Amino acid sequence: MQGDEDERLDRAFLALADPVRRGIVARLSRGPATVNELAEPHAISLQAVSRHIQVLEQAGLVTRTRDAQRRPVHLAPEALERLTAWIDRYRLVHERRFRSLDGLLAEDPTQEDPR
Amino acid sequence: MTNPVHVDAPAGVPFIDITREFDAPVSRVFAAHADPALVARWMGPDGLSTDISEWDFVSGGRWAFAQTEPSGETYGFRGTFHTVRPDELAIQTFEFLGFPDVVSVETLRFVDLGDGRTRLEVHAVYPSLEARDGMVASGMEHGLTQGYAKLDDLVAD
Repeated sequence: MQGDEDERLDRAFLALADPVRRGIVARLSRGPATVNELAEPHAISLQAVSRHIQVLEQAGLVTRTRDAQRRPVHLAPEALERLTAWIDRYRLVHERRFRSLDGLLAEDPTQEDPR
Repeated sequence: MTNPVHVDAPAGVPFIDITREFDAPVSRVFAAHADPALVARWMGPDGLSTDISEWDFVSGGRWAFAQTEPSGETYGFRGTFHTVRPDELAIQTFEFLGFPDVVSVETLRFVDLGDGRTRLEVHAVYPSLEARDGMVASGMEHGLTQGYAKLDDLVAD
């Protein structure tokens, strides 16, 4: 049980470890979208976007409806809800914090005020 | 391309382990922890102002900061730096004032990976399992917008 849960969380986090996939999830949090719509903001091929969507699907984070014409992609809110356990929030907080730190470390050291 | 953060809260022991690599030399990662002006720029959640009233990053030094929500709600944190060795180690206590008298001990190791890269290893020890789970949960509640907005934050490059 615990192992399954861990594995599922790991899959979800792996899926969310990629900035393009996080972009897709963020976009879907505002409503369903087609592959074309999801690809638009990213400078990568439709094929690449489809692959990203597949990874998100396998992680249970998104679903695709069988609407033959459009096949819009939907966020699976219950899967993301499960990611809000405290440890996951904790992880997200640190993820964000360390990304801010990355940004700071990437700056030219000569730009920083001497102490 | 970003370095993944590993967070482990093992079952049955009141520990949390966090590991994260940085594409920067150990001296800069250490400085980003030592200099309050730099700490203020990455420590706080987005959208909250972080006000550091004390940050004496030396053995026996003290630290305290408060974060204020746009709503005006303020959360305080404080502790002491027990041991600090430049570019190598910091052992500090950590208290979230919203959860008073529950103090964790955090050991931060700054590991020089060579090639201008660094691994930060954080090991936090809480007084009890309940304290670990409860304090972290309550400490994490604030500053995180509900729902999926937090994922939006992660998209920002």
